[in-house]
Amino acid sequence: MDLAWPHGELSRVPYRVYTDPEIYALEQQRLYRGPVWNFLCLECEIPNPGDYKSTWVGDTPVIAVRADDGSISALVNRCAHKGALLCYKPCGRVREFECVYHNWVYDLKGNLTGVAFKRGVGGKGGLAADFDQKQHGLERLRLEAYRGLVFGSFSAATPPLRDYIGAELTANIDRVFIKPLKVLGYHSQLLPNNWKLYAENNKDSYHASLLHVFHNTFGVVRPNMDGGVKISPSGWHHLSFTQRVSLGDDQVGREKVRSFKDEYRLEDATMMEHRLELGDLVTNAIETVFPTLVIQQILNALAVRQIVPRGVDRTELIWTVLGFTDDDAAMTELRLKVNNLVGPAGLVSMEDGVVGGWIQRAAKADGEEQTVMPMGGRDVQASQGSRVTEAAVRGFWKGWRECMNV
Amino acid sequence: MSDAGAQSMMGSAHAGGIARDRIADLYGEYVHLIDDDRLEAWPDLFTEQASYRVTTRENHDRGLPLALIYCAGRGMMADRISALRTANIYEPHVYCHMVSAIEVLETVADGVRARSNFVVMRTMQGGDTMVFACGRSFDTIVEEGGRLRFAARTVVLDSRSIDTLLVIPL
Repeated sequence: MDLAWPHGELSRVPYRVYTDPEIYALEQQRLYRGPVWNFLCLECEIPNPGDYKSTWVGDTPVIAVRADDGSISALVNRCAHKGALLCYKPCGRVREFECVYHNWVYDLKGNLTGVAFKRGVGGKGGLAADFDQKQHGLERLRLEAYRGLVFGSFSAATPPLRDYIGAELTANIDRVFIKPLKVLGYHSQLLPNNWKLYAENNKDSYHASLLHVFHNTFGVVRPNMDGGVKISPSGWHHLSFTQRVSLGDDQVGREKVRSFKDEYRLEDATMMEHRLELGDLVTNAIETVFPTLVIQQILNALAVRQIVPRGVDRTELIWTVLGFTDDDAAMTELRLKVNNLVGPAGLVSMEDGVVGGWIQRAAKADGEEQTVMPMGGRDVQASQGSRVTEAAVRGFWKGWRECMNV
Repeated sequence: MSDAGAQSMMGSAHAGGIARDRIADLYGEYVHLIDDDRLEAWPDLFTEQASYRVTTRENHDRGLPLALIYCAGRGMMADRISALRTANIYEPHVYCHMVSAIEVLETVADGVRARSNFVVMRTMQGGDTMVFACGRSFDTIVEEGGRLRFAARTVVLDSRSIDTLLVIPL
């Protein structure tokens, strides 16, 4: 790839990386099949033997499936015969995988167990004599799960999952996923931009209060907030968080809160209530696990977001919205209300659906021009007390360049 | 009321004491108000405690409670509108709703349960028109102070995906 990168720079990115189909194709090999852990699904989505979920690693369709022994496998969702999709539904339960095209059959671990007419009909036809069924199972990914999150990797070079994420960011997963999970529902948002623009957006703690002005407009920002940005030792993953420094402002959701501009206030601020359930005062925590997972806690709105590229200028963002299995009815109601803040219609997230598209359109004609991201320095370092930094975005580009060998 | 009862009700000009024309008019008023960008009047088509939900067939059919938009009461609906006027950022666009197959399902206290099909075409400022949403609505419509209002409205999108974002109610 003849991509000219500004020498030694993580704070400048050529627009071409968002628009060039050749780079997109290379990412499928070097990045998605490179030394990364790709989020696949949640363990609670496939609780029983035979339960499967269709998912993606880049452009590659993948099945996560639970076998009779309780283990989970990640298999490429493509028949070894002619390459047809085996699972064409989003999820389900099966005893085995049977390709509908020619009835080749695989067990729940991807072994080829049956081939239709393998001995032919009436002694004629059948498999070639040298065909070794053992050599034609489904392609398996490495798989690791942590706290109910299931990841797959195509590469033997990927470090163990916990080492990959790093202790400091693993601790946030421990913090959020403290109890058995249940799925409250799904959102899917089709973004008119390259996947990396959304990946960057999540790591961009600088934009949050500038683009998403709902909180400020309606005066629902709590006083006495503290926060910061943590970055994994690799630079690839990050955590941006805000927390209350004291418990004095608990009633913020229960009253009509006056905004900075007196004319704007919420008629009903009950969705801004926050039941402290994680043992701390953190109100917002956005963690990314490179390249495609976002772990979200916004008040009591818990979710994972999976970034799925759908072409060089199109991205699907899949939100799996979560609660805990022991939530009572009032807690579920609160989660459903606070989820108005996020998702494709989210009061503090919908703008992320358009900004990527604006960059995509504006960048198209000038691939060799560059973005510039100098906020908080030029390197990839954590930030205590301030989220006004682009360090985590630079960390994304460090990961991207290391995977892409650029 | 049994299904057969609901069926016979459909054939009549009245459903649960509400003239069928008035139900159709409420749906008409609802979509014109949105498509004409008179959104400040939108919450007034609901009762004070009404629920308004937009969800997908994927979630609805699996019994998953998550909604794209969930308003419990008129206050949250008004907040949605003031947010899109003052806080949210999006490219200007308009909807054209097509509503059909309105059916009264049963009578309930003070009103009826009804359903409809809809298609919403979205036109962007740049001129592109696309099918933005289609699906069904499941509604409870009641008589209140001499006029009809929605006491509950659940909009179920056929697609699991939203193109770009959803800001104007459906």
